[in-house]
Amino acid sequence: MYEKHIMICGATGCLSSGSNQIAEALKEELEKQGIKDKYRLVMGGCPGFCEVGPIIVIYPDEVFYCRLKTKDMAELVEQHLIGGEIVERLLYKGPDVEAPARFYDTIPFYSKQKFNVLRNSGIIDPESIDEYIMRGGYRALKRALQMDPQAICDEVKDAGLRGRGGAGFPTGLKWGFTNKAPGDKKYIVCNADEGDPGAFMDRSILEGDPHAILEGMLIAGRACGADEGYIYCRAEYPLAIRRLKTAIQQAEEYGLLGTNILDSGFNFKMNIKEGAGAFVCGEETALLASIEGKRGMPRPRPPFPAQVGVFGKPTTINNVETLANIPLIVREGGAEEFKKVGTEGSKGTKVFALAGKVRNTGLVEGPMGITIEEIIFDVGGGIQGGREFKAVQAGGPSGGCIPQDLINLPIDYDSLTKAGAIMGSGGLVVMDDRTCMVDLAKYFLSFTQKESCGKCTPCREGTKRMLEILERISEGEGIPEDLDTLDSLAHSIKDSSLCGLGQTCPNPVLTTIRYFRHEYEEHINENYCRSGICKPLFQYVIDQENCNGCRACVRVCPVDAIEGEKKEPHEIDQELCTRCGSCIEKCRFDCIMITRVGSEADVGN
Amino acid sequence: MSNEAVAELNQDIDLDQVDSIIAPYLGKKEMVIPILQKVQEHFGYLPRPVMEHISYRMHIPLSRLYGVTTFYAQFKLKPRGRNIIRVCKGTACHIQGSPKIAERIEEILDVESGETTDDLKFTLEEVACIGCCALAPVIMVNDDPHGRLTPDKVNAILDSYE
Repeated sequence: MYEKHIMICGATGCLSSGSNQIAEALKEELEKQGIKDKYRLVMGGCPGFCEVGPIIVIYPDEVFYCRLKTKDMAELVEQHLIGGEIVERLLYKGPDVEAPARFYDTIPFYSKQKFNVLRNSGIIDPESIDEYIMRGGYRALKRALQMDPQAICDEVKDAGLRGRGGAGFPTGLKWGFTNKAPGDKKYIVCNADEGDPGAFMDRSILEGDPHAILEGMLIAGRACGADEGYIYCRAEYPLAIRRLKTAIQQAEEYGLLGTNILDSGFNFKMNIKEGAGAFVCGEETALLASIEGKRGMPRPRPPFPAQVGVFGKPTTINNVETLANIPLIVREGGAEEFKKVGTEGSKGTKVFALAGKVRNTGLVEGPMGITIEEIIFDVGGGIQGGREFKAVQAGGPSGGCIPQDLINLPIDYDSLTKAGAIMGSGGLVVMDDRTCMVDLAKYFLSFTQKESCGKCTPCREGTKRMLEILERISEGEGIPEDLDTLDSLAHSIKDSSLCGLGQTCPNPVLTTIRYFRHEYEEHINENYCRSGICKPLFQYVIDQENCNGCRACVRVCPVDAIEGEKKEPHEIDQELCTRCGSCIEKCRFDCIMITRVGSEADVGN
Repeated sequence: MSNEAVAELNQDIDLDQVDSIIAPYLGKKEMVIPILQKVQEHFGYLPRPVMEHISYRMHIPLSRLYGVTTFYAQFKLKPRGRNIIRVCKGTACHIQGSPKIAERIEEILDVESGETTDDLKFTLEEVACIGCCALAPVIMVNDDPHGRLTPDKVNAILDSYE
């Protein structure tokens, strides 16, 4: 028996901020004190709050320690584990709490969230099937095995679960199609090729609760009449792949995978396929081609994968988060419970990857219909450095940006579509007044243009032409007709592309034009980028009144473009300045301003 | 790297190694991507003689194999440096200034993205998203992430690699 369980976040975010070293230091400290057998150390799944990593949660005390350093471990062991007193210094502190906060409920980041999909993440040991079962795991599978396949499809349909991968197609309906398709060999494919830059929710689920995905796939298999599954996972997620392999092995040992599962006569075989880095493989027909060892190029539908899928057999393809919802719905009374959360057209919860210029970055799960304001300001704690909120990009390169005026927009499938964005996988990238919307549109388009597979002309050529125009605008060579040309190209690409990549990739351009037309016009007509991003369209000027001559900017300038004596206001030589931005990062007195080229007095923001 | 230098490197390739990697997959054309992944893991890239050998053993035309390798970002047809720098091009990193980080690295190493320094010390690459958005902007050097970067921190990081 262990006295306490110590959960160390072992997800990629915290690993990057050093949780492995923390774990080592903690182990050493426990050994030194001779008490290592009293505590169970677990490298667990992601508790979501990446911003304050590395994180340790101690159970059963339920104490949440964050921003840890290796040198803190001695104190943690001595004071908390041995002395039984909380180390207040290491608790969560921030402008949004009055006193250091002890646990999830008292930290504002967590209090607005609702955990369905992330129910086990950070709570259980992801490498232990027993802990998953203890938390109610595989019970839904047992129930499903006693049900008629069509009844399972109906139950999922009735719960109102829509695909979490992007398009939001009703999952139960999709299963029904595969179930009815003729043929004895059918497949279930889990799409874990999370390619959206700025989205990492699927990875966290795979790393934190891999058995939930297996259980979801098994139930899908039962409902669709499939006996084999593929998990198509990005090779860039080595930890997720390792945890999945462990989970598969454990499930096989427990008779939950393989032949005659739980004596029901149901068989299921699970395979893992590692993706090789192609964004378009998130599209279902491209993903199927990739599983078959071909170039990952989409094909026209129909026939839909439910009729002709992987190796020509009927196939259901579900996203990771969709599958993680399944065990919750199919358990006894689960569908009713599930329906209670969310909006009319979008039921349940959604996991968001909150990133960008928001104070609390991390993984957030909220009920469908939660507003942008609630996510960014209540959960996210507002904008970094107290700057002004400008827009949020929802749904990655296929999504759109939503401006400050729509801050009360509820996040569900239909509201987002109406605003010109999409739910997508759930990436939310927050932008402040230092983000240039032309540059953002250019960024997304250069991504989709590079990732376009080249099969159909509108996407291959159209994105290239659009990108050229955006590049011209950001270099100060834009012409007034450009906006109309962009608009017409965007609509042609949307209407005539073969797959989801092409059909959605103009969204960032369309939404930025729709909500930030004045910024485009400023670039084109006035040669000015007010955010200080498009290099030929602004200059840095030092505020002569407020500069106290600390020389910090002089030292950091890589091209020696800043001159000035100590304690005298400095000046930037515009001829030499490369606009690298080092000085503005360094200045602690906000004295470096972004202005129009050639102007001294006109101060931008 | 020049083509001659690559050709010289390719001379010392042991094809028996390739055979033992392929062995469990013979006759399974759908397994070509895992084969290429394993072979690249072994050699660091996909040398031409190895590609020809896989083509021959798997009965897949070299042209088709080439089509597959050039489609996926993971596969490299040229040798890479001892240290791989991956600049994260994710959205969060982009708006937190990753282009400025990339620019500074390019200046210091005098290579562009996708290229290797002549001394084979560094290869500079881009990656769509590492998924450490909280630490943006981030670069990975080999397996070490370096987060919350500013351009002036780059030099010291590169200096710490051999």
